Amino acid sequence: MQMLSSFKTILIGSLWCGLLVIPFMGVQGALLVAAVLVMGAIGYQTIFRQWALGRFSKMGLLLSGVYSRLRTPVLGRRFWGIGVVALLVVPIFLNNYYLDILTLALLYALLAVGLNITVGLTGLLDLGYAGFYGIGAYAYALLSTKWGLSFWLGVPFGAVIAASFGLLLGVITLRLRGDYLAIVTLGFVQIVYLVLNNWDSLTNGPNGILQIKQPEIGSFLLEQPIHFYYLALFFLIVALFVVYRIAYSQMGRAFCAIREDPIAAEAMGIDTTRMKILAFVLGAGVAGVAGVFFAAKYTFVSPESFTFFESVRILTMVVLGGMGSLFGAVLGAFLLTFLPEMLRGLDLYRMLIFGATLVLMMMVRPQGLLGTSHK
Amino acid sequence: MTLPLDAMLLQQLVNGLTLGSIYALIALGYTMVYGILEMINFAHGEIYMIGSYLCIIFLGIFTYFGLTQSHLLLSLFLVAILSAVTCAGYGIAMERIAYRPIRSAHRLSPLISALGVSIFLQNYVMLTQGSSDKVFPHVFPISSNSFGAFPITPIQLFIIVSAILLMAGLHFFVQKTSLGKAMRAVAQDKMMASLCGIPIDRVIVVTFVIGSMLAAMAGVMVSIYYGVTSFYIGYVAGMKAFTAAVIGGIGNIPGAMLGGILLGMIESLGAAYVSSEFKDGFAFIILIFILIFRPSGLLTKNA
Repeated sequence: MQMLSSFKTILIGSLWCGLLVIPFMGVQGALLVAAVLVMGAIGYQTIFRQWALGRFSKMGLLLSGVYSRLRTPVLGRRFWGIGVVALLVVPIFLNNYYLDILTLALLYALLAVGLNITVGLTGLLDLGYAGFYGIGAYAYALLSTKWGLSFWLGVPFGAVIAASFGLLLGVITLRLRGDYLAIVTLGFVQIVYLVLNNWDSLTNGPNGILQIKQPEIGSFLLEQPIHFYYLALFFLIVALFVVYRIAYSQMGRAFCAIREDPIAAEAMGIDTTRMKILAFVLGAGVAGVAGVFFAAKYTFVSPESFTFFESVRILTMVVLGGMGSLFGAVLGAFLLTFLPEMLRGLDLYRMLIFGATLVLMMMVRPQGLLGTSHK
Repeated sequence: MTLPLDAMLLQQLVNGLTLGSIYALIALGYTMVYGILEMINFAHGEIYMIGSYLCIIFLGIFTYFGLTQSHLLLSLFLVAILSAVTCAGYGIAMERIAYRPIRSAHRLSPLISALGVSIFLQNYVMLTQGSSDKVFPHVFPISSNSFGAFPITPIQLFIIVSAILLMAGLHFFVQKTSLGKAMRAVAQDKMMASLCGIPIDRVIVVTFVIGSMLAAMAGVMVSIYYGVTSFYIGYVAGMKAFTAAVIGGIGNIPGAMLGGILLGMIESLGAAYVSSEFKDGFAFIILIFILIFRPSGLLTKNA
């Protein structure tokens, strides 16, 4: 009986969508869409659901076993060890194309781990993360092209400059709560973009800044993709270590307390305002480092890389991986970097599928792949 | 003493009012959904974009059958109705697919889902209608005749008047009808409303339907006004309308109207007298000031 009613829902839903697309795709296209939807939904109901419940085969059971291991809050050291060794060894077998994608994935993982402090641990919705990322990148780009600052000094500089903007934004927004904070951060990333795009005398406007210095160790210039790969891996491991230590320290517990219940946290003697600003500053600092790395790797920055959409992309990684889970942030970053690449063959349909995947993902697992928080 | 209002200022004020009416119509959808679900519906701007496309598509069909040549006003009316109904359909589908299943999940989940819908709809329109700008079929007898010395075109007047009518209609609906009362009850306290026998799900669907219809009207107006549309207009307009909703106090319906018109005015005056490059930035700078000094918006009482 329940089966029957769910089939009815599928039919009505598919017809509904079919009707909606008529003005855009014509009657034939609409019929096609409706047919695909019906088949897809029935397939999901009959096959995928059974499989996901672990009834289909031993394979499903095995996968769900691994999966629940991964979801434990404190991930075993062994997992991390295997992951790090794999990431150290793998690039030897890859060509430059895959190395570049993998480096990009590591860079996004770094950003996601940073944003995870603000959004995942402390529960502050930061939509302006790309602003800090851009500030870090432009800080290094300007300092290195105008004053010849070296990369190794650029990293702390970028981090400090981005973090001070984080402090500024944190102080401005400390009175705001919840969604208002999200809106101000959204405004922040828009303003950063507009300034980068229009302050021609400093930032060279939409043309961006070219010929940024690449990092060097002694007289050895880091310029090959593999060099940048290991550099990114180094940054990611350091960031993971630092954030891991923070998350399980007194400070991290305070962050989580604020996320779960700000009023109770305040009652327990946590200085919530200070902690919130601190979470902002820490996240922004990591974004600054990532920005400096970005500028050094591509030797070119332009405002287009630091739009609101970039913020959304990083946020999506954090949420998709599972809020508050470090491993989740890394996993989300890898998935969302590789998924569009894998879909590259589908070219035009890439972003369409990406959007649909986000919606489906939220339908199936709203708390993210490895998330445990149910608030 | 009468102040000499120069023609340019007057012109900018009229432009601002026109733009502001469009922002206000979109802002209403944001504010209504936020009032009821406490969620930022990031895909709302795309409904507006779809409305602007539908206007051009339906007008094209009508022109093909020769209806626009014989009955221009009737066909415009029909186009507006058809676009609004179709957009309402999109709104319902969006609510059912992307928001209802995760209503009780974490606050961030619907946000991600909304962004997914937004990306999906943009690319769907781009793929089916092409990525180049869509141009409005020439159906109007183009006349720039203003009313005496007052610099307002018939199209601007039409937009402002119909926006006012729509907003008045919405105000009447929310304040006077029983469904409107149910809506206000759900916005105040969902749990209590459902205990009183108000069908929450239906009220939410109605909210999406009305919001989408208003956005569709805004889309139709913008198509007529600029004569061109493209698949990415939803994003910027959505952001600005959202800003407008926040300026007026999100969740507050008259606030959204005021915020939209204020924003349109500020933008067109700012672009004319300060800097046209930072046109898109004024909205956010004002937004930040408002949030610092009056975080709950202009029209809400401080709780």
